[in-house]
Amino acid sequence: MSTAPLVEVKNLRVDFPSATGVTHAVRGVSFSLGKEKLGIVGESGSGKSVTGRALMRLLPASTKAQADVLRFGETDILHASERQMRALRGRRIGLILQDPKYSLNPVMTAGAQIAEALRAHRRIGRREAREASLDLLEGVKIRDPRRVHDAYPHELSGGMGQRVMIAMMLAPNPELLIADEPTSALDASVQAEILRLIEELVDTRGMALMLISHDLPLVSHFCDRVAVMYAGQVMEELPAAELHKATHGYTRGLLECLPSLTERRPRLPTLNRDPAWLAPRP
Amino acid sequence: MLKARLGALAATAASIPITLLGLALVTFFIGRVVPIDPVLAVVGDRAPADVVERARIEMGLDQPLYVQFWRYLGDILSGDLGRSVMTSNPVWQDIARFFPATFELATLAIIVAAILGIGLGVLAATRQGSWVDQAVRVFCLAGHSLPVFVLGLISLLVFYAWLGWLPGPGRQGIIYQDMVETRTGLLTLDAALAGDWPAFRDAMAHLVQPAGVLAFFSLAYIARMTRAFMLAELRSEYVTTARAKGLSSARIVWRHAFRNTAVPLVTVIFLTYAGLLEGAVLTETIFAWPGLGQYLTVSLLNADMNAVLGATLVVGLIYVALNLLADLLYRLMDPRTR
Repeated sequence: MSTAPLVEVKNLRVDFPSATGVTHAVRGVSFSLGKEKLGIVGESGSGKSVTGRALMRLLPASTKAQADVLRFGETDILHASERQMRALRGRRIGLILQDPKYSLNPVMTAGAQIAEALRAHRRIGRREAREASLDLLEGVKIRDPRRVHDAYPHELSGGMGQRVMIAMMLAPNPELLIADEPTSALDASVQAEILRLIEELVDTRGMALMLISHDLPLVSHFCDRVAVMYAGQVMEELPAAELHKATHGYTRGLLECLPSLTERRPRLPTLNRDPAWLAPRP
Repeated sequence: MLKARLGALAATAASIPITLLGLALVTFFIGRVVPIDPVLAVVGDRAPADVVERARIEMGLDQPLYVQFWRYLGDILSGDLGRSVMTSNPVWQDIARFFPATFELATLAIIVAAILGIGLGVLAATRQGSWVDQAVRVFCLAGHSLPVFVLGLISLLVFYAWLGWLPGPGRQGIIYQDMVETRTGLLTLDAALAGDWPAFRDAMAHLVQPAGVLAFFSLAYIARMTRAFMLAELRSEYVTTARAKGLSSARIVWRHAFRNTAVPLVTVIFLTYAGLLEGAVLTETIFAWPGLGQYLTVSLLNADMNAVLGATLVVGLIYVALNLLADLLYRLMDPRTR
């Protein structure tokens, strides 16, 4: 095997044309990803989700995505045929969305949706798919897989729904998992469980993980590396363990305005945005 | 959960008698409010005053309104809709004779409209903004905004008068009249049951134009609704999930998005069907189709109130029944309502 990283992104630009003008959602993002856990952090609208979806080419047809390099494995994402992309989606890259209330199909049972993910990439019979789905549900630590298998999404709790989503996306054993705010819609008590589950599954299966979140401490805790995005650009990329050594003004500003349980702080500073952050860099 | 499901069904079932009572109340009051004296309609304009008075008492019209309504309820529950002044048949007999023609026409029209309308709507939604989408929208706009009588007349002019491909107005050719034994009242079905294929072809040929006009009119609406529902579903998160799973676009469209669209579409299609069953007056008039719409119109123009009220009651019943059916299908298709 070559030593080339699994994912390579160079100078990714994504524009959303609309009636009132063009929105530049992503403006020159570059990063690469091997078998590791990369956290992408940023506030709403910073382009982190769009970056993730551009990798799977899941953006609306009117969107314009350009890049010097946008590669997954041997596949050139920008120039791949729809057929090649379909072989990639699900099979090699999985995507976990934010809220299972909306991201699961309301009129299909959980089991049917998992079995469908299996059968999209492997020729297996119905019964075999059912067995495999039950195994997968057990794999995401659902105590009563049979009940959940035959349940409709509205009959499941948020945490349960997200487990189903994870089982579904891990079904074809992908090499990369993109988790787009996987815990933002969940109760705080369930968030940690779901994240631990994702971490465990990613580790045991040797997958790469791209964790998209707005929660800086959380990401730094779970990931190897962190990329901080702001207004469609990566401000800074650094090892998660060295987050406290961040040099960029934006990262520093974000870290500064976090309250602390142990340290007494008279007043939380607010983030002052510096227009210079957005200046084109060499 | 089963208990909740049964409870919901029981609630629906309990609402039926109430709806029907309301329906009877409406038809009853229409009968009292219209400026037509039911007594004069029976005895004639020139009857002497004592005859009129006797008839009034015989018809129970001297009783208080609630007694009259009570009797009316008893009558309709025993299937007695009165006698038509115009045909001098019991009204239910007339309706039994006219309704199958409408039923045959409306059923064929709605089947064609549903298949084409859904197909076009989905096609337009999946290619939003393309020329296909624009073409479908123009086609639907035409179907929805051109009056049916214009469509009907154009159709007769082109396919009957100019091209001669299809027969003119009427339900069957003169040589086939009364040749096939009436079993269901649906000419095509009766002919098929009798194995009389020339008669079947003739009945079908007569159906094509009126059914086509009604189908065009209905499919325009169904296609527009399908397109709108589909666009909303295609934008939803679970469609992104389905795409991320690497499913084929046909599977995403039909198995994921359309199955969610089908739930509200059932109501749209059933209500359109109910509208067609009540008798498409204009279409039936242009194509000389002896259906319920024509019966209602002619009765109304002749102040034949028993016939009008009877037919109105039947139309109302059809609406209630189809609504109920749509409701049950809705429950069957959407697990969230169970």
